Amino acid sequence: MQMYDLPDARGHFGPYGGVYVAETLMTALDELRQQYDIARNDAAFQAEFRHELKHYVGRPSPIYHARHWSEFLGGAQIYLKREDLNHTGAHKINNTIGQALLARRMGKKRVIAETGAGQHGVASATVAARYGMECVVYMGSEDVKRQAANVYRMKLLGATVVPVESGSKTLKDALNEAMRDWVTNIDSTFYILGTAAGPHPYPMMVRDFQAVIGDECKQQMPEMIGRQPDVVVACVGGGSNAIGIFYPYINVDGVRLIGVEAGGEGVQTGRHAAPLSAGTPGVLHGNRTYLMQDANGQIIETHSISAGLDYPGVGPEHSYLKDCGRAEYVAANDDEALQAFHDLCRFEGIIPALESSHALAYAKRLAPTMGKDRVILVNLSGRGDKDIPTVATLSGIQL
Amino acid sequence: MSRIDQRFAQLRAQGRKALIPFVTAGDPDLATTLPLMHGLVAAGADVLELGVPFSDPMADGPVIQRASERALANGVTLNDVLQLVKQFRQTDQITPVVLMGYANPVEAMGYDRFADAAVEAGVDGLLTVDIPPEEADDLVASLKRRNIAPIFLLAPTTPEARIAKVGEMAAGYVYYVSLRGVTGAANLDMSEVAARLPLIRQHVKLPIGVGFGIRDGATARAVGEIADAVVIGSRLVQEIEAAGSAGAVTRVSALVQDIRSAMDKA
Repeated sequence: MQMYDLPDARGHFGPYGGVYVAETLMTALDELRQQYDIARNDAAFQAEFRHELKHYVGRPSPIYHARHWSEFLGGAQIYLKREDLNHTGAHKINNTIGQALLARRMGKKRVIAETGAGQHGVASATVAARYGMECVVYMGSEDVKRQAANVYRMKLLGATVVPVESGSKTLKDALNEAMRDWVTNIDSTFYILGTAAGPHPYPMMVRDFQAVIGDECKQQMPEMIGRQPDVVVACVGGGSNAIGIFYPYINVDGVRLIGVEAGGEGVQTGRHAAPLSAGTPGVLHGNRTYLMQDANGQIIETHSISAGLDYPGVGPEHSYLKDCGRAEYVAANDDEALQAFHDLCRFEGIIPALESSHALAYAKRLAPTMGKDRVILVNLSGRGDKDIPTVATLSGIQL
Repeated sequence: MSRIDQRFAQLRAQGRKALIPFVTAGDPDLATTLPLMHGLVAAGADVLELGVPFSDPMADGPVIQRASERALANGVTLNDVLQLVKQFRQTDQITPVVLMGYANPVEAMGYDRFADAAVEAGVDGLLTVDIPPEEADDLVASLKRRNIAPIFLLAPTTPEARIAKVGEMAAGYVYYVSLRGVTGAANLDMSEVAARLPLIRQHVKLPIGVGFGIRDGATARAVGEIADAVVIGSRLVQEIEAAGSAGAVTRVSALVQDIRSAMDKA
């Protein structure tokens, strides 16, 4: 395989990615691309980013051998990359720090963000407080109702949370509304996009900031087991934690990369959020990628137990990695994810996020089919504290 | 010569400016949109812009978002919009019709299939808000092969080099988005528009339409004094929303008539 070197100068990953936005945003995206280009090659910027990751986020995050669970499953050894131990409880903060530092360099005093479950909103509100910026978070009104605790966390951190009433009132509509804000306030405002999707340079920039996950793993795994893992597994909504751990492994032979989408009630039922498994390519939110859409090109509603995976698109780099075969994409259903959630609580004393539980669910399926000397590395992208009310309700328990 | 070019040539000869109303197809329902189109022409419209509803109208303000939602609730598809134009053409072969919407419905149909169906229906131009010139090579080729005009937006933030690129790619007319924001916003800055147009005209030899933020006869007239065409959308859609299917044609026609006479007044 040739050395992987995507995207191209205009943000294309093969036929995917690109810049599909209204004219008003073109200049802002071009400026962002130029500024990011300077920053990524600037040692001082990179040093500041690393400093913040170490002292504010608590990186590097450890890798943990889930020995007890692996033993129970009776096959491959499962290792967990502990992004759940980061400040604010998920991988999202890696990206919001990178983008906030860039916003500061560009002299922007106001940041905006979209959020589904609220994790990216909290991570954005956190860095806005840290760097003294005004922060507005757009959140679908349905999600505002479902995630009251995170809404309050954002407010504690000084952010304004704007409920979005349009469309399906969820993550995709929050993204639409954040884009509308950005068009209107383009001079003063930096848009901190939460996943490796959207128009170029976002998919590349978010990947680069999240690649710290995979970079650490590449160093930590040989230290722990003397070699790289056989398989790397991560959940995929927009796909930022997955691309963060996959990217440094793309050029490493012999490491399988598996992305796990939200199968909802089952991919065959149509009630899911798995565009790579069951969607078709199209254009949404500034890029060309696999989408959940009907025959007329309208975006359709998604279903997942996990709000963070409840998105009808996916980052364009995943679409490319799927088509070229470098990564595989599968789906785990709600009930499988829930079982894996409970497994990790009981066998390892770790409460995982429902998003990450999809990756765990696939590892659970895969491990027994592999020898005990094989190694699966799972990106445990977030902790599950935020999901406790959801899980309790599903278990028929009133808190 | 295309219907759009003919219409602008004729207006130039008369010393008049084009009035281009926008309505969303299928809002409040498809049965109303057809008489509404004829009503707009009778009231003095020169070109019709017909919105193709989309589930995620990122560049639109609340008014046109709701229109899109109403049309989608009626199950309106791109195919339905093309059928509507076909019906319109049975009695009006002169007035240019431009479809305006987002990339994905056209992507889902396929560029060539769309272009074939559009030319057969009598569509004259296509404006896809979220396909900038950088991504438009294939679409423009498909459209131009069938003599459908690819219509592009220019913004206050568009730098000179990109204005020139739009000038090369576009046909029919170019649409200058006169403010920073989404459709239906109220902060139109006329002096900014006036300052910008000469630069655009250096690079774009097509007629220049100005839209976003035009709400009444007075703003339309002021824009008409400096631009070749006045595009008005949200204000009309608001009227449709208030009137419903029963009163939409009458109310919108009356408003367009007012705007037309304000523009034409000596």
